[in-house]
Formats: sequence, structure tokens, C-alpha cells
Amino acid sequence: MSTHSPTYVPKSAGAKWLESRLPIIGLVHSSFVAYPVPRNLNYMWTFGAILMIMLVLQIVTGIVLAMHYTPHADMAFSSVEHIMRNVEYGWLMRYLHANGASMFFVAVYIHMFRGLYYGSYKAPREVLWILGVIILLLMMATAFMGYVLPWGQMSYWGATVITNLFSVIPVVGDTIVTFLWGGYSVGNPTLNRFFSLHYLLPFMIFGVVLLHVWALHVPGNNNPTGIDVKTKKDTVPFHPYMTVKDTFSATLFILVLCWFVFYMPNYMGHADNYVPADPSITPSHIVPEWYFLPFYAILRAIPNALLGVIAMFAAIAVLAFLPWLDTSRVRSGSYRPIFKLFFWLFVVVNLGLGYLGAMPAEGAYVIWARILTILYFAHFFVFLPLLGLLEKPKALPNSISESVLKKSGSGMPQGAAAKPQDA
Amino acid sequence: MKKTLILAGALIAALAMPSGAALAAGDYVKPPRHSWSFSGPFGTFDREQLQRGFLVFRQACASCHGLEYVSFRNLAEPGGPEFTPGQVEALAADFRIQDGPDSSGEMFERPGEIADRWPNPFRNKQEAAAANAGKAPPDLSVMAKARTFERGFPWFITDMFTQYTENGVDYINAFLQGYVDPPEDLDILAGNHFNLYYPGQIVAMPNVLFDGAISYTPEGSDRPVAPETVAQYAEDVTAFLMWTAEPHLEQRKRIGFQVMLFLLVFAGLLYFTKKKIWGRLGEDGAPEYRA
Repeated sequence: MSTHSPTYVPKSAGAKWLESRLPIIGLVHSSFVAYPVPRNLNYMWTFGAILMIMLVLQIVTGIVLAMHYTPHADMAFSSVEHIMRNVEYGWLMRYLHANGASMFFVAVYIHMFRGLYYGSYKAPREVLWILGVIILLLMMATAFMGYVLPWGQMSYWGATVITNLFSVIPVVGDTIVTFLWGGYSVGNPTLNRFFSLHYLLPFMIFGVVLLHVWALHVPGNNNPTGIDVKTKKDTVPFHPYMTVKDTFSATLFILVLCWFVFYMPNYMGHADNYVPADPSITPSHIVPEWYFLPFYAILRAIPNALLGVIAMFAAIAVLAFLPWLDTSRVRSGSYRPIFKLFFWLFVVVNLGLGYLGAMPAEGAYVIWARILTILYFAHFFVFLPLLGLLEKPKALPNSISESVLKKSGSGMPQGAAAKPQDA
Repeated sequence: MKKTLILAGALIAALAMPSGAALAAGDYVKPPRHSWSFSGPFGTFDREQLQRGFLVFRQACASCHGLEYVSFRNLAEPGGPEFTPGQVEALAADFRIQDGPDSSGEMFERPGEIADRWPNPFRNKQEAAAANAGKAPPDLSVMAKARTFERGFPWFITDMFTQYTENGVDYINAFLQGYVDPPEDLDILAGNHFNLYYPGQIVAMPNVLFDGAISYTPEGSDRPVAPETVAQYAEDVTAFLMWTAEPHLEQRKRIGFQVMLFLLVFAGLLYFTKKKIWGRLGEDGAPEYRA
């Protein structure tokens, strides 16, 4: 137990020498060993660590893939096949990378919905949340460009559709699109710059992730009760409590990833992307990757192209304003009975939009997409602002440890649970 | 509870209805489910089937379709048809491969070697299109992964749990047997053909499989090793195309099982470690803070 002193004291001569010049061991110790976290965090709070692992996995597999990949319009497709067939464990690297991207988004969406439910975006964590929104945007850009690299039909036509979105910008739209393409259509220059940016952006993500962690460690973690840490009794040191819990949770998550990688590696992709890109044949059904589908549905729900693009980007941008749109002072949804209903409605709206994004934009699908788009924005601009004013929240516990001890129940004498006012 | 079930049923019905309507507009029949030796977590290829499939490919497909990403050597490698190295060398030597330029700058022809790729039947796409009524036959190397069909709700969700990934091969298998007489009111232009399973049902490729057309009888025997039927030919060549599309499928599933097993045990150990560590917490918090 004595190894877990709250501040790091170097023991060996070498560590003392380094620490007096660059206190990096102390920084790591205070951030990932002694760092106090609320003792009542549930498994939803392990997705931060899972995302960190996924980012590293993507960077490592990506670097190996880049050693064998050729970013040229005539060779990209066959270089991917070369990786799949002739590179030792190339298939494993590629399937880990492709499915890893999907699972990265699974984790990030769970992480975000957790934040939405427990009010993790509220003061004093607004900057932390906004940095998260920036990470999401960077992830989306990275994933989109990554999907272009195999240069299959869906790569090519997905790139064409998405880059063309910028052409709706008045006056300068066409110029911007030409600039993005490096020509007058998606072609070799586009593939080259996408590869370059696809390699760059993950390192930018990594940088923003460090800021995100920094911004987390100033106010500390939110927790399922949403109330602040009051005493040391409310917390546990990060190591070993969270390290072992995060590792356990991450192992289960990787188990799910492996299910896809080893047994159904192409489930989350499109068959069309095994057809080499052909500018003269348009696929009957151009669909983005599943993690973009809700936003794609919003784009197509609006008949005017410019407004559709604005709505799509607004659907992401609105998240950055969330800390000020939600007027409730109570953080955790657990104590907000009506908010809870609207939260789950919002989850269903997102799933519904995802389904509609994969369907053709016709008939009843469009009508549903419009209804759900309205509900999506209403959540931010109507429900959340009004709920904070109208809803009567349940009584909050006095402290985190009180809520924990109450829950674990029977073993504790009733008096003990009500006691901790001292300290 | 009953009410919830009825509501859930209504929701599913409401979601399923528009997709049914969309299918009618798409104009194709969903391929039937076939049972494959390579499906599921322990699936492996049937070597004999892959060897027969290769025979079908050579006799029925290879005159029009390429197999660009397959090298002769692959045919002898583990996890595939596993022809003997001698068989593959002899096979490769049957082909004339253009090579060069030699030291005097001339291109020349030489017998094929096992390192060579499977030779394309046409020199280029233009020649392929010109020889086939304007439409170049696609390369078949990754065809088994490049085709699919709509699974629809809720199957695309249940597929995740049942590990159904045979969309491509089920489609190809059905397609090869899908050349039936067209409906009488359908006008089909010359050079086009009717196929039940092809999206749109009008396809440039003609039927290539006929009962008894390819011999499954080995030399020196008087009985075929498998039925010489269209259904058998289609299944065999489809399995072969699954292998060309995913040559490391067996290795992938084998390693996958080991990895899953390791992760399960590891997760179990971590669970008990976690329980033990968190068990130290009392009502007055972590022992680390007590000192």
C-alpha cells in the first residue's frame, strides 16, 4: 500500500537526476497513478481508455499498412490486394485497421452518449467537451479519407459525393471543390492528398486527445451522480482501481473487435469496394460508412442542397454549444425523470436516422428522415433548454460515497450510510 | 408485457414494409441460402471441391474472365486447393507468358512459371469488351467479396450474431444456376440474357454451365467423383472463387479461435483481479488514502 503515495518521490539516483531536470515521471505518476477518480464510476466510464487503445491500434496498424500501400489511382486497389495476399499477416493488419475504424466509432458514440446522459459537458467541463467535438470532427475526416484509399467503387463515388457537397457553397463552391480534388474530378491527385492527410490527421487527433485528457484532469471526472467530489472518501486512485477496470473492459471490447476481424471482416464494409474504381460506372446505391449514416440521412432529408449541407454540419456543430443549450443545473440524467425519456428518444432518433441513411431517399423514407431530423434538432434547441426550466429533478445524494454505500446496501448499518458529513 | 410485444411487432412491421416495397422495384430474386464448408467459426475449404472448382473455372470461365491476383504458386499453397507443386509447375508450363525486354530490347515469350500471375484471356479491357458484345467480363479474383444482396431488417442485425457472411457466394452460386426462361412479355435485346438473381435480371453474360459438360471422372476411373450437374459445378466453382477472394480464410479463422480463447481467459482473470482490488474499498474509501 505504501507504494501508492499521492506524490511521486524519485528513489534511484537516475530518476532523481531526470526528475530535477524534466519532471516527466512525476507528471505521469500524478496523471495516471495517483490521479483521484470518483469511486462510483460505472463501466460507461471505461470508454475513454478504450478509445485511447483504439487510437494507438489504428496508428500502429496504419503505419504498417502504409509500408505496403501505393497511393496511385492505377495501383492502389492492387496494392491492397497485395497486402491481403502476399504480405505476411497483411490481411490481419488490414482487417484490424478497417474494423478498428468502425469499432473506434462504436466506442466514441458510446462515450458521447454517456457524456450526454450524465451531463459531463456541463460546467466546469465545457472545454473538455468541445475538445471532444473537435476530436470527433477530426476522426470523421480521417475515416472518410481512409475509406477512399482502397480505391474501390465506393471509395471513388463516396469521395465524389462528399467532396461535391462543398460545391453548394455560393460563389466559391466550385473553386473549393477543384482545390480539394486537385483537378476537375476525383482522380490521382485526390487520392494522393487524401493519403497524405489520412496519415497526418491521426497525429493531430493524438495532440487534441492530450489536451482532452489535460482538460479532464483539471476538474476531474464527472460521475453517475453528477455531484462533485467532496472528500477523499469519494475517490480512488487511478492505479490500480481504474487501470484494472479499464483493462478488463478494453479486453471485452477487443473481444468484440476480434469477432468481426476474424469471423466477419467485411460485414461493416461494402461489397462494391471490392470492385476497382471506375469513373464511367456509377453504383446504383452510394452509401457512406455506417457511422456517417445519421448525418447522411439529415443531408438528404432537406430538399435544398445548400440547406441540407448546412443542416448536416450543424448536426455536429450543435454539440459544441450543448453546454449552454442545456439549462438544467443538475448534471446526471439519473435524477432527471423527464430528461431521461427525451435522452432515450434522442438515442432512438439517431438509430432511426442511421437506418434511413442506408435506405434510398424516396417515399416514406424521406418523410421519416424529415421527422427525425426535426426531432434531432429539437432535442438541442427545444427539449434541453425547456426541460431545465420546467422539470423538477429528484433529490440528489449528499455525497458520492453516500450514494455508493446506499446502493451496496445490506452490509452497511443504516446509520453509517447517513453519517459522512464530517471529514 | 403483452402490450410491449404488440408495440414492438407493429414497429418491426412498419419498418419492414417500406423495404419490401423497395425490393419489388429492384427486380431480382433473393438467392437461397446454401450450406458451405467454409462458413462459421471453424469453416475450412474442401480441397477436392476447390480442385473441381478450379477445373470448372478453367473450362467454363477462364476463356472470358481473368484471375488477376492469383499466381500459379497459390494453387499449391496451404489453405487452398493444394495441388502438388509438380502439378502446378506443369500447369504453369502450359501457358506462354510474355516477358522482357531482353538484353537486345526485344520482348519474348517463355513458358509460365509458378511465380507468374494467372494470365488474362485478353490483352486489355478494350479487347475484352470488343470480344464480348461491348462489355468487358470482370476479373474474378475478389468476385466472391464484390457481390452481395440486400439482407434487410432484421437480418442485417441477426447476421452479426450468426456470423452469416456468405452473401457473395450465395449470390454467385444462385446466379450461375439462375438462367431460366424469361417471362414471355419481356423483350431482351440480342447479346443479353435473363437471370433470376441478377439485379435488374438482364445480364450480358450467357449461361455457361450445362449438365455433364465438364467431366468429373478422373483418368483411369469410370465413375465421376461428384455429380456432373449444373448445381454441383456452380457450387464447386463458387467455393473456388471464395478461396481466390480470401486465400487466407482458413488461417484467419484458426488464429481467430486462438485469439478469442486467449482473450476470454484473460478477461476472466482480469475480472477476478478487478473484484479483488475493488474489494479493498471500505465505507471510508481506499486503503491507499488511510495511511
